Amino acid sequence: MIGNLDHAILQQLWWLIASVVGSLFLFLTFVQGGQTLIFTLAGSEEEKTLIINTMGRKWELTFTTLVLFGGAMFAAFPLFYATSFGGAYWVWMLILFTFIIQAVSYEYRKKPDNVLGARTYEIFMAINGSVGLILIGAAVGTFFTGSRFSLNLYNSVTWATPYHGLEAALNPFNLAFGLFLVFLARTLGAMYIVNHVAHEHLVKQARKAAWINLLWALPFLLIILISLITMDGFAVNPATGEVFMEKGKYLNNLLGMPAVLVMLLGGLGSVIYGVAATGFLGKNSGIWFGGIGTVLVGLAIFSLAGYHNTAFYPSVSDLQSSLTIHNASSSKYTLTVMSYVALAVPVVLAYVAYVWRLMDAKKLTLAEITGEDVKEIY
Amino acid sequence: MGEHILTTVDWARAQFALTAMYHWIFVPLTLGLSFLIAFFETIYVKTGNEEWRKLTRFWMTLFGINFAIGVATGIILEFQFGTNWSNYSWMVGDIFGAPLAIEGIFAFFLEATFFAVMFFGWQRVSKGFHLFSTWMVAVGSNLSAVWILVANGWMQFPTGMAFNPDKARFEMQNFWEVALSPVAVHKFTHTTSSAFVLASLFVLGVSALFLLQERHQKMAKRSMVVAAAFGFVASVFVGLTGDEAAFNVAHHQPMKLAAMEGLYVGQVKAPIVAMGIINASKKPGDDLPAFYQETKIPGLLSLLANRDPNSFVPGINDLVFGNAERNIVGAEQRMITGKIALAELAHYKYARETGNETEAASALALFDQYKGDLGYGYLNSPAEAAPPVATTFYSFHIMVVLGTLFPLIFLLVLYFAFKGSLEYQRWLNLLCFFSIFLGYVAQQAGWVVAEVGRQPWAIQGLLPVGMASTNIAASNVQTTFFIFLTLFTALLLAEIRIMMQQIKIGPEA
Repeated sequence: MIGNLDHAILQQLWWLIASVVGSLFLFLTFVQGGQTLIFTLAGSEEEKTLIINTMGRKWELTFTTLVLFGGAMFAAFPLFYATSFGGAYWVWMLILFTFIIQAVSYEYRKKPDNVLGARTYEIFMAINGSVGLILIGAAVGTFFTGSRFSLNLYNSVTWATPYHGLEAALNPFNLAFGLFLVFLARTLGAMYIVNHVAHEHLVKQARKAAWINLLWALPFLLIILISLITMDGFAVNPATGEVFMEKGKYLNNLLGMPAVLVMLLGGLGSVIYGVAATGFLGKNSGIWFGGIGTVLVGLAIFSLAGYHNTAFYPSVSDLQSSLTIHNASSSKYTLTVMSYVALAVPVVLAYVAYVWRLMDAKKLTLAEITGEDVKEIY
Repeated sequence: MGEHILTTVDWARAQFALTAMYHWIFVPLTLGLSFLIAFFETIYVKTGNEEWRKLTRFWMTLFGINFAIGVATGIILEFQFGTNWSNYSWMVGDIFGAPLAIEGIFAFFLEATFFAVMFFGWQRVSKGFHLFSTWMVAVGSNLSAVWILVANGWMQFPTGMAFNPDKARFEMQNFWEVALSPVAVHKFTHTTSSAFVLASLFVLGVSALFLLQERHQKMAKRSMVVAAAFGFVASVFVGLTGDEAAFNVAHHQPMKLAAMEGLYVGQVKAPIVAMGIINASKKPGDDLPAFYQETKIPGLLSLLANRDPNSFVPGINDLVFGNAERNIVGAEQRMITGKIALAELAHYKYARETGNETEAASALALFDQYKGDLGYGYLNSPAEAAPPVATTFYSFHIMVVLGTLFPLIFLLVLYFAFKGSLEYQRWLNLLCFFSIFLGYVAQQAGWVVAEVGRQPWAIQGLLPVGMASTNIAASNVQTTFFIFLTLFTALLLAEIRIMMQQIKIGPEA
């Protein structure tokens, strides 16, 4: 059945799959958010250790989702992979550095003789949760603000600035995107702590942190939304493939794809409800509303960038070099093969959900991290 | 332009080699130790003996310390394809990306999901589910090796694809040819079995240290018996798959095989150099001797390459300059046809761009005729087609010598364990301890043979590394090289210190 699908349909399908993976990653950045909370939320060493161990049981899932997002983009849209990673070199390299130091920090922090000391590994975690997310936000922001590159006849990329991506982090829209992600992650992190930790004082603090961080996220969210509905965008003529600037392109996309508008508003509403339920109604399930809302908002953002005849990775220095889901994709054969492989994704999601439920059935307590299992404590 | 690109390429190669070599310090231990831990835990679940549980958790702690940095260096490798090798990423993304995505879906999630259960689930899940999770981590870790090695195998032997001149890239035509190519299959089996050997040596070495220190003797001996048995079986497999891998090299990368043996002039009854000091100054086509000193075993290379001790094995000179008698077209000739292919590709692209379809069709016909030599068109001299011979030769021989030593060590351990006198064999315990280091040397040497021996190609015969890199100033890649060097070294030192401390604490803490 998949073999009979049109190449254009497969390209759209794979943009959707990549968007789902990217959006799930955004939800899972509650780990990064939690990492930044250790300095602001924890009132004692024990509380700090509780937060780190809560996040430590999920860090690898977030990391793997990021790797899968990279792999999916490489496989489905290799021209994006080649253009963005090779061009916006420094943004991606700095993101990578923050993830290297995160990966070892959990495992090394509490181990005796760890050379750098526990505090250094905690700072590494905070860098990953702040700088890492700001840069990821800046990279996603370029889907709307564009980058300065050109492609030759052989699709070899030349970047027009010597800063190789660092310029993207200074763009106000991209920066707002990055800061929004940081505060959203902190909000989600606080809600996850409420959901997973049994510690009265810490949970009380986390409930407060959830709505305070949402308040911090709101101005950046407003900048993003107002910019999106007022900015000119990178449109594609479906008949010729020509890229041109269109006034109010992303507003037109929202109005032209009502489902996306519903996802965006529904997603934001769900996050706000999750925070209200956590912060003011005393519920522990806010993370699920926050999570579902984040995934919906992520899907809406990726849809705005890639669908409705839009260039998802635009070039501001050479419009016709801009990437669309059609000119940047893999061949029909490869997308077909990968679509068969993607049929396994629900199975993967099912066992991830099963194990998550099993492991989170009991809340994490101080007793557990100070008891006999001390060998496996972060 | 040439010099600028070369400098960038040099740094990009250095950075990739650095990351890959660091990555391969941690990964083989993960691949093998995950199975050994699964064996230990299975015995615990079967017997209910608490000592096996302690043993399992001790090795699991060392596994976790090692695993984290393996994950960290792994993500760098994936993204470096894009950051440092963007032309390569575009040209092969249609083929290379799919195994990477499959790896993520099937292997990484298995590993990541059950890793948490394996470490933190002792009191949260049943004994049976915990054991299942430990096995899933082992399976997931090793599955993750399948797909990246399929991708690497494809670079050594590109198959199941065609070049698309409109897109200027290679496109997959047959997934099964890519996934099940003999090079990919043997690369996986050889690499993973050698990883099992390394992990077995690690367990032997650490346990031997306990015996030397007269600590945790019972647990140490138990660990050694399981590791030696696993290591011996894996060693036999390493030998068998190594032979198959060499056979594939002979047929798909004859230049690499010639470099592995320092064979400049092809011959029948070609020998293997059992021991030799190679002349590193020798270049293809000159009259200098290939070796200062050598001890040869006649016919063995022919047997290895063609399953016939009397057969002909081409040398570096044959492959560079051609050998009409043996019907071998050399790099010299292939450069001429490769340059025609490149010119016709440019001609085709220009004709399409200007709308001249007739001219485009005739350019495409000529391109199709010569496209098999496309990569050679980028070379500046025929001698560039040969890899660094001395590095390839020594790495290959070091790997083979060590690969022969390891099964003997495993057998000795099993023998003395059976006799009940393992703790009294101080010399053997010392040998076991130092074999950890030798195991890592063999691992690194193996990859040097595979990757240095493949030069100058990123994709065998089709894309030289010089054309694969990103168009970026060398200073950027140079800077990140030193950042990675500093970071990886600091983290490696931290890992070694932490591991040593955990070993000092021991399994019974």
